Amino acid sequence: MKYLTNLKLKVWRQDGPNAVGNFETHIVESVSDEASFLEMLDQLNERLIGENKDAVVFDHDCREGICGTCSLMINGRAHGPQRATTTCQLHMRTFSSGDEIVIEPWRAAAFPIIKDLMVDRASFDRIVESGGFITAPTGGAPDANLIPVPKPVADAAMDSAACIGCGACVAACPNGAANLFTGAKIAHLNVLPQGQAERYKRAEAMVNSMDDQFGSCTNHGECSAACPKEISLDVIALMNADFRKSKSKNRKALSRG
Amino acid sequence: MGALLNAKIPNGVLHEKWDNYKADAKLVNPNNKRKFKVIVVGTGLAGASAAATLAELGYQVDAFTFHDSPRRAHSIAAQGGINAAKNYQGDGDSINRLFIDTIKGGDFRSRESNVHRLAQVSVDIIDQMVAQGVPFAREYGGMLDNRSFGGAQVSRTFYARGQTGQQLLLGAYQQLSRQIGLGGVRLFNRTELVDVVVVDGRCSGIVVRDLLTGEITSHAAHAVVMATGGYGNVFYLSTNAMNCNVTAAWRAHRRGAMFANPCYTQIHPTCIPQSDESQSKLTLMSESLRNDGRIWVPKKADDARPADQIPENERDYYLERLYPSYGNLAPRDISSRAAKRLVDKGHGVGPLKNGVNLDCSAAIERLGRDVVQERYGNLFQMYERIAGEDPYSTPMRIYPATHYTMGGLWVDYELATTIPGLYAAGEANFSDHGANRLGASALMQGLADGYFVLPYTISNELAPMLNKAIPSTDHPAFVQAETEARDRFNSYLNVKGTRSPDWFHRELGKIIWDYCGMERTQQGLEKALSELPALYGEFKKDLRVTGTDESVNQTLEKAGRVDDFFQLGMLMCRDALDREESCGAHFRSEHQTGEGEALRDDKNFCHVSAYDWTGDPMAAELNKEALDFETAHLATRSYK
Repeated sequence: MKYLTNLKLKVWRQDGPNAVGNFETHIVESVSDEASFLEMLDQLNERLIGENKDAVVFDHDCREGICGTCSLMINGRAHGPQRATTTCQLHMRTFSSGDEIVIEPWRAAAFPIIKDLMVDRASFDRIVESGGFITAPTGGAPDANLIPVPKPVADAAMDSAACIGCGACVAACPNGAANLFTGAKIAHLNVLPQGQAERYKRAEAMVNSMDDQFGSCTNHGECSAACPKEISLDVIALMNADFRKSKSKNRKALSRG
Repeated sequence: MGALLNAKIPNGVLHEKWDNYKADAKLVNPNNKRKFKVIVVGTGLAGASAAATLAELGYQVDAFTFHDSPRRAHSIAAQGGINAAKNYQGDGDSINRLFIDTIKGGDFRSRESNVHRLAQVSVDIIDQMVAQGVPFAREYGGMLDNRSFGGAQVSRTFYARGQTGQQLLLGAYQQLSRQIGLGGVRLFNRTELVDVVVVDGRCSGIVVRDLLTGEITSHAAHAVVMATGGYGNVFYLSTNAMNCNVTAAWRAHRRGAMFANPCYTQIHPTCIPQSDESQSKLTLMSESLRNDGRIWVPKKADDARPADQIPENERDYYLERLYPSYGNLAPRDISSRAAKRLVDKGHGVGPLKNGVNLDCSAAIERLGRDVVQERYGNLFQMYERIAGEDPYSTPMRIYPATHYTMGGLWVDYELATTIPGLYAAGEANFSDHGANRLGASALMQGLADGYFVLPYTISNELAPMLNKAIPSTDHPAFVQAETEARDRFNSYLNVKGTRSPDWFHRELGKIIWDYCGMERTQQGLEKALSELPALYGEFKKDLRVTGTDESVNQTLEKAGRVDDFFQLGMLMCRDALDREESCGAHFRSEHQTGEGEALRDDKNFCHVSAYDWTGDPMAAELNKEALDFETAHLATRSYK
């Protein structure tokens, strides 16, 4: 175990959604390289409480990279410098003594800041509520092995379903678009046999909800590069294809009454 | 000595009880369901599945979570899988075998009727989740794949890579989201329960705190479901998420819901060992790794050589040696204690000598790196991130850590607590796992309770209440509970001492881990029971919470949770002291066989201990529920 010394943190502080924010500078004199990034912030907060100051507010929970609660732009990169890693899994061994580390909240119009580093991501939930599900009320399901799902199909669905809904894709996108998030959910459900009945209805409803709340995609690909679960840009292509088809299919379905 | 509890177990032979119950249960007409309001607290597997299903049926549902989104609930972190008695592998599984395995795994301290119902509905869960689009692992022919977990000799565990909990929770979350979109469920996110309101002996609603504004409000309902998870964070370091807490269950307990078997806390054998003092949590490595990993320590104590320089004949594959028929898949409590003993004797590995090796090299050689990567890739990656070592080339280091709590709110067969109208589901209740839970059974129980049990039992409760008025939120009981909650949160702000809530939590955790952890003794527990009230007294005098009650204040939230953990910790130690036997995860050193295995005392302790709040957790009143084993015969567990 080694210690990093003399880290200069520039942390975004903002009292509330409508308050003016600013960077606050804190020196971390010593921290173990085995500590996670959030444990380093815990130590900073302990010190602030000791000095009778308000602790820095940030979202976090599982600290094992699966719940999607943690966020943070670290030196301008969503979840920090390490590829395929959430902030909670980022460890101080990635940094060096004397580093300056700039810590900001996700910045996107659809994720308003609540306080300090905490943002509101309910816009993601609204996309899922609009159609990110298979309608299968409890109790009526047939035997699970009745519909064989080819292994490559199940694997592809799982690749997309691995999304943790953290919002890094939106934060990394210059347009604040949510196409990777929305595409991942559509690609998960639309490739499975169980998802076919609502395939086009789902694509249209989810894309509409996304467009209402988020910016537009211009294929930068920053989202996929920032994604801690390495969701592929392909999901956006699949979403676009299904959305395009939905425009004719859903109209035909309507005309049949 | 308190009352003897009646679990209201239906009549009939074991495998007909649930059918008999459903045939007799009262129903609410579809058009009348909308006249009833049900509150569901917690949106993990149990809460989300219950809220979604109740809304599908037509009840008005209000769902509460302290997270920003229901999808964050800690069920999401479950890795390995979910059990179900499908017998798709044709390897001898059946509902009865899953029932027996669960009873035996729980060391004969669970209720037969509940466990059998769980095994029965396990098959429906898999059907339901597949219909919702959960991408379970498949064979090339398209059929579902299975693997094996500790405490079983069949392959009955369904899985989605190492993210089964995530995929199941997202399934239930999507089901819940559909109902939110349709208006069947109103969601209150970032809202924490701070009290339960009881009027004339019946649960009438809850009091909650808006975590963004600090505002305290009341919500009335015909029935309330607690699906608020377990209390493993009382140990400070555990595999639980940082925000998991006992507050909701504890506040219900303080209003009259009995708390059962608090001392049954499970230590999981395969977690990444602590690396330094500042560590905030421990991370689990799925038990599924024990399918392909072999656990060993150097035969020589204090052997500091790297793993690859220790020849085969100088390694002790102790689980294979001690428990040949189950080997590396021995149940969790047994595997954990074996690891602790060897580390205590100086055989530990790693810089702090606080772990044992979990070695997948034989599997990598046999199956190839690609197959191992496909099965466990995300776990290996997670290990690499945390430990900074490549598990494909060196064995992982693991050590037991607190993981799951079998104890919880006492519930009867209908999952009703001792407060009428208040239910508990999932890890928050105590019912199905006895003194030790088998791997891949928590997901099963959460979904069983939410999807397939509560919707029936709640309608049985609500039917007679049709068109009867319930107390509204301006009832004096609500007003008083709100005032008490405001006073409580103000009091944390007003202590103005010198120590943060986290400092007290860490100190509390040390006491609980040292004296009420993997091995417990009378002397140690008595020591804990003298130290805890002193530390709690200091908490009340020397706490420091900065900030205000008018916007997000995570320090204040933490203070409330630590307060409740203190009270629970005292009850836990008291229960562990009272239970003069070893069973499952509860290991009292005074009660062991010559070979160091748990020694039960069925004559005196074949019961559930359920505690009633008296105002002081040290003086809680003990009530008992006798456990009858009519089908599974009481026997000493053997995994040799």
